[in-house]
Amino acid sequence: MKLIFERSVPGHGTEYLPPCDVEEVALPPHLRRAAPPKLPQLSESEVSRHYTQLSKQVYGVNCGFYPLGSCTMKYNPRIDEEMAALPGFTNIHPLAPGYTTEGCREVLDLAEKLLCPITGMDAMTFQPAAGAHGEFTGVLLIKRYHDARGDHQRTKIIVPDSAHGTNPATAAMCGYQVVNIPSAPNGCVDLDALKAVLGADTAGLMLTNPNTVGIFDENILQITQLVHEAGGLCYYDGANLNAIMGVARPGDMGFDCVHLNLHKTFATPHGGGGPGAGAVGCKAHLARFLPKSALMDGQDDHLQVRSFHGNFLVVVKALTYILTLGREGIPAAARGAVLNANYLMRQIRGFQPAFDRICMHEFVLDLSRFKKETGVSALDVAKSLIDRGMHPPTMYFPMIVHEALMLEPTETESRQTLDEVAQVYGELYDLAHQDPDYMHGAPHNAPIGRPDEVRAARDPVVRQKL
Amino acid sequence: MNVPAELYYSKTHEWIRMEADAAIIGITDFAQDALGDVVFVDLPAIGDTVTAGEAFGDVESVKAVSELICPVSGMICDVNQALEDAPELLNEDPYGAWIIKVSPVEDQEELLSAQAYAAFCAEEE
Repeated sequence: MKLIFERSVPGHGTEYLPPCDVEEVALPPHLRRAAPPKLPQLSESEVSRHYTQLSKQVYGVNCGFYPLGSCTMKYNPRIDEEMAALPGFTNIHPLAPGYTTEGCREVLDLAEKLLCPITGMDAMTFQPAAGAHGEFTGVLLIKRYHDARGDHQRTKIIVPDSAHGTNPATAAMCGYQVVNIPSAPNGCVDLDALKAVLGADTAGLMLTNPNTVGIFDENILQITQLVHEAGGLCYYDGANLNAIMGVARPGDMGFDCVHLNLHKTFATPHGGGGPGAGAVGCKAHLARFLPKSALMDGQDDHLQVRSFHGNFLVVVKALTYILTLGREGIPAAARGAVLNANYLMRQIRGFQPAFDRICMHEFVLDLSRFKKETGVSALDVAKSLIDRGMHPPTMYFPMIVHEALMLEPTETESRQTLDEVAQVYGELYDLAHQDPDYMHGAPHNAPIGRPDEVRAARDPVVRQKL
Repeated sequence: MNVPAELYYSKTHEWIRMEADAAIIGITDFAQDALGDVVFVDLPAIGDTVTAGEAFGDVESVKAVSELICPVSGMICDVNQALEDAPELLNEDPYGAWIIKVSPVEDQEELLSAQAYAAFCAEEE
């Protein structure tokens, strides 16, 4: 497909602007351009067609099934967008006089008031820009807590080997040494491995529950108790909160702080760079360390991780979602997510679950035996799904499962869709046994085949010479 | 799975060929199979010192980036530059596509025989 600059034809354009009725003022010569900017010249219909064509090459949750495990690609209700577009929320500035921003402050207060009981926390900030930023903020709270107590010997953060890669990265960015502990055969925390690394140097534990293989850790109370007995704090990675929101609370599990991906669990759009919102909640003993905006209260001795109130409009969307679903709807959504995942796991024929038991909101297929039989890898299956008009699931994660495909259907898929999905996976299972070469070459019907992902990451072309 | 009898192995799936003047190191058939298609190899420089049990570079596959763990301590005297342009050699010929040569070898971790390594891999599966 051509770039918009390549579609440009000299002379094409649309003259909509009326003649200027303000007297022309000449800029000083040194501020003037030597040559006009090389803007593309296209008519309105050409521009419209260009972007429509681009949008057809994009696959979003509005196009179809999007089971990207660990990402909670649920449908984002349109009413959220409508509320966030209200002029009272968009035509406002954080430094506007207080009497003009009362509605916005009420949104933040109400969102905190509703999210605290959902998570079992006492206070919350909306400053962090997205998930990893929320993790960073949460671990900084732990650091500030130990520092405030003069407890400087705590230099280590414990992270299970099934964790999201952002967990160890976060701990390292906060200046901690990362201690990786292996998972037990059931994919959960190995209590003996945890006990072996706990000590006077333990600053805290970062944990996702349900974990990244979609299993709720049944030892969670014992885990957080062990960490607390060692003097450490427990951080809850909210990536998988969708499985338990309104049903079980991180605060009751013994966690001291939590980050939420409002852009996952609370149905605000994500992907493509955001904006997200990584709200961070904490128990009362950490509340005084929560970030605030120095510009808002004139004090600069507290943590600030982003300007003003973070991505405010994302909070508006999340609040709309919470108020729309209500006290009954929030746990119903979580239960629906768990039911859908279990239904799909049982309907898919051929491919084996990595953990053959009831899952939470997502499950992992282990294709290692399938690959040995057919030579077809998880990557090949993922690419073949594109040909069937579906977004592939997350692949090769978590690392503790080889040849992993991780599916999270979310609560917003119907039974009919899940049946169709199971049918397609079954067909691909058969195809791999009949024509593996065809699958090695997939996708065959997509606008592009298999891009050189390494070159794209290491040697990206970000400028176009005009 | 191919486990040549004349080589030694580490539990982190590197192979070592002990020659009179150097130790030659690569990744095993098991490793390349588990990694999947290798798409990038981050190589150390000649003259770097390596320590047994520590990383000397990493390999990136379609799945993930994994560290290469050095089974011996010493100085890197040669690096297989061909891997920069053709990382897939690690998949195609894991025992031909060596990664580094270390000389002199000052120390080494406990290495496995081919037989012991094959048993170790069977357990891992």
